[in-house]
Amino acid sequence: MAKAELPLHAPGTQLDKGYIGQSVPRPNAQRLLQGRGAFTDDLRFPRLAHAAFFRSPYAHAKIKKLDFSKALKSEGVIGVFDGRAVAEYCKPWVAVLAHLKGIKSPEQHALAIERACSQGEPVAAVVAESRTQAEDAVGLIEAEWEELPVVVDMEEALKGRTVIHPQFEDNICFRREHDTGGVNEAFEQADVVVEETFHFGRHTGVCLEGRAILADYNAAEHSLTVYHATQAPHMMQDIFSRHLGIPEANVRVIAKDIGGAFGIKVHVYPDEMATAALSVMLRRPVKFIADRLESFLSDIHAREHRAKVRIACTKEGQILAFDLDDLTAIGPYSVYPRTSGIEGNQVVNLTGGPYKHQKYRAKMNVVFTNKNVTCQYRAVGHPIAVALTEGIVDLAAQRLGMDPADFRKLNLIADDAYPYTFPSGIKFEQLSHHKALDLLLRTMKYSALREEQAELRKKKIYRGIGLAAMIEVTNPSPAFYGVGGARISAQDGATLRLEPTGMVTVLCSVTEQGQGTEAIFAQIAASAVGVSLEKIRVITGDTGVTPYGGGTWASRGAGIGGEAVLLAGRALRANILEVASQILKIEKAELDILNNEVVKKLTLESKMPLAELGRVAYFRPDTLPVDYQSELTVTRHYTPRQYGFTFTNGIQASHVEVDADTGFVKLLKHWCVEDSGTVINPMLVDEQIRGGIVQGIGAALFEECLYGPDGQLLNGNMADYLVPMSGEMPDIVCAHIETPTRQSQLGAKGVGEAGTAGAPGAVMNAVNDALAPLGARVTAMPFTPERILKALGKV
Amino acid sequence: MEHAVETTLTVNGKQVRRRIEPRMHLVDFLREELGLTGSHIGCEHGVCGACTVRVNGQIVRGCLMLAVQADGCTVETIEGLSDSKELAALQKAFHEKNALQCGFCTPGMLMAAQDLVSHGKKVSRDEIRAHISGNYCRCTGYQAIVDAIEEVIQTEAVRGQG
Repeated sequence: MAKAELPLHAPGTQLDKGYIGQSVPRPNAQRLLQGRGAFTDDLRFPRLAHAAFFRSPYAHAKIKKLDFSKALKSEGVIGVFDGRAVAEYCKPWVAVLAHLKGIKSPEQHALAIERACSQGEPVAAVVAESRTQAEDAVGLIEAEWEELPVVVDMEEALKGRTVIHPQFEDNICFRREHDTGGVNEAFEQADVVVEETFHFGRHTGVCLEGRAILADYNAAEHSLTVYHATQAPHMMQDIFSRHLGIPEANVRVIAKDIGGAFGIKVHVYPDEMATAALSVMLRRPVKFIADRLESFLSDIHAREHRAKVRIACTKEGQILAFDLDDLTAIGPYSVYPRTSGIEGNQVVNLTGGPYKHQKYRAKMNVVFTNKNVTCQYRAVGHPIAVALTEGIVDLAAQRLGMDPADFRKLNLIADDAYPYTFPSGIKFEQLSHHKALDLLLRTMKYSALREEQAELRKKKIYRGIGLAAMIEVTNPSPAFYGVGGARISAQDGATLRLEPTGMVTVLCSVTEQGQGTEAIFAQIAASAVGVSLEKIRVITGDTGVTPYGGGTWASRGAGIGGEAVLLAGRALRANILEVASQILKIEKAELDILNNEVVKKLTLESKMPLAELGRVAYFRPDTLPVDYQSELTVTRHYTPRQYGFTFTNGIQASHVEVDADTGFVKLLKHWCVEDSGTVINPMLVDEQIRGGIVQGIGAALFEECLYGPDGQLLNGNMADYLVPMSGEMPDIVCAHIETPTRQSQLGAKGVGEAGTAGAPGAVMNAVNDALAPLGARVTAMPFTPERILKALGKV
Repeated sequence: MEHAVETTLTVNGKQVRRRIEPRMHLVDFLREELGLTGSHIGCEHGVCGACTVRVNGQIVRGCLMLAVQADGCTVETIEGLSDSKELAALQKAFHEKNALQCGFCTPGMLMAAQDLVSHGKKVSRDEIRAHISGNYCRCTGYQAIVDAIEEVIQTEAVRGQG
């Protein structure tokens, strides 16, 4: 077991890392395998009432009249409420942050009061004895609407001929410009300038479990317990407290099992806030589960960018400058409390990120439209920045007649150049682009694949190989949200408690949605204390019992929560040895913990099982010195502070075959090399990367929320909105470089978003590589057969 | 409940009799009336497969069958097949290979996988991938699921030969 006090990555030491680095199965997976998990919709409460929402059928309309008379008479109905009624209990919000200078957004209510600004915006709520009865009554609500002009196209929104919110002069939520200077000069000096405009479809997370909330207000205590499928329980505790006017200490948020989240479940949703308000209003538990149609209409969407990018190169292939113009549409509101300015902001920060050019200019506009809102979904901004960067890099290589791998080798930031400040202002502690590229090319047998590709082209078989290098934001410091005034914690905490039987209970503020958070915390805790894995129990997702913290988002769970667990584990170990020293009358420095026993450090001779130590400390402290009190519960916290973000790097490759007659893309194989620092559980890391890649493949080939010109969602169900199925997915090979971050003892960086960040760019480049001999090229995701056939001039 | 229909069915080996509204789906009946919350509701129109249960030995979508249609039928759910240990080999392989993350699709996925395993045929990875293509998983990327099912089918084949 790990016992050293040194960082796990300390140079010159051969530390026993215990369970860290081992592919142990997740203990908490057993209940899920037997269908004995506890998802929010599985919970049963006395007097539980069910909410259903009447939603705007129009993308933009004035609510002239709502008539509840028939709905109120419907069987089982407890109450029907409009926006004004709910607003008396729930304060509205405005989603802006101070560090996104100039960002603006209108006030948003739980239920729209005078005007609905997108199809599906909730305008009335029915609460009934059952969900079925609530839905029946929703169907009996009568409404009179006055349709208003609709803005659905983002270029039109930017022009501002129709302004959606009358209190504003234009449709611009947020804009940012960045310029290192010298960009015009670089383009004038360049031998080659390439330019392309990329379009990214709007898509969404499609968690298999819809959004879920069960709010239980206790009028006698003026307390609210919320069972909530959320990634950030403490953030939601603060929000329920402030918007419902209940003291923070009286609000408890419990996140039990969560059926996928991916960033979808880290935002404030109007219908969920209304559900909590309804529980207060009715003084009984109220549940709302978004059904699939509601999920498509109202879960945050993401992406929808139009990005024009130019690069300047020398004839030898050296990149001199990037010039970016990005436009993204976010729906009618910036989403609370993280805002919808972050994705575009990330695109500006990250574009060109792996490369060593020094000149960079970017312009970015975030505009309002009358579609559903967009906000942070897995890999926020990265898929856009990576795809447009890697797309234009491939185009430059093609123009110069260079192999794409050679072109990258020439331009990737050198592995010994760190610490490094990128022209967008972001700082890298230590990246490994060249090591990653070399490992990738070896793993995929790049040269052999290129030879095979050339042979097959002669037989009119069009295969393509696409590379995508990337950088990724992980372990964010308070620079992400806190500095802008958001009450979102960048620090996390862990409490470890030795139980009388020698078991260890771990309570941590980072949450679990299936990534394996609880499993890796168990591995870290067991290793740090010196106990075997089965002695650990991990509890997360309950503001009533865990330390305060941010939860799970932005690839922060392992790097931040894991470090808190490691620090707490080492502190508990020290405290246990104090107790052992008192009982055994042996110097603490001579003792250690190994395999659930206190041992002599030098001889490893067993001196006392932890179960015996626990018995004495808890039940017979009278046998210990009278001035000595054991402390077998410890809490430690961790905040990354030296860097704004702990950047990771990686590179992916996609191998595809395009059928030039049908436009279908067959995915043959996919590779990913990732440097996420210390790997705690390789099996979990690999499967999380694979899952992320498949979501990225969805963006590249299948997924798009399609809207008509009137702002109506055309494919808001699982049959019409395509997500990747097992039959069309390739096997995915993962390999790792480990460059631990020196900021923490654990050295872990994040990994959860890496797959999604890089896959769309890799697939795009592979498709275009396959199409190249046919003189065709695609730049609008998703690359449907129709779009490919259009590029080939066949339809 | 004026149109409720008396329905008798066998669920996980126990006979149950209830008056059921004709519009109630089988999966809602299992979850709401019997508290068998292991079968999950993902899309309610027969696409995602999270509600897959077994009726008279065939896997069906619990959201596409009405509960009254199950009158006289034998219904088996994840809870029943876990207790009977029928799924034990698959559950062990899924656990060891981490063939699940959030676990929401998992009961339905296991039902579909067991349907393939119980056919007793040797199948390729592509055939496994095709067989579970009616069960969406949004977390794993499917590879570990295919690995786990492949391992169980190979082990069963070896046992069959022995």
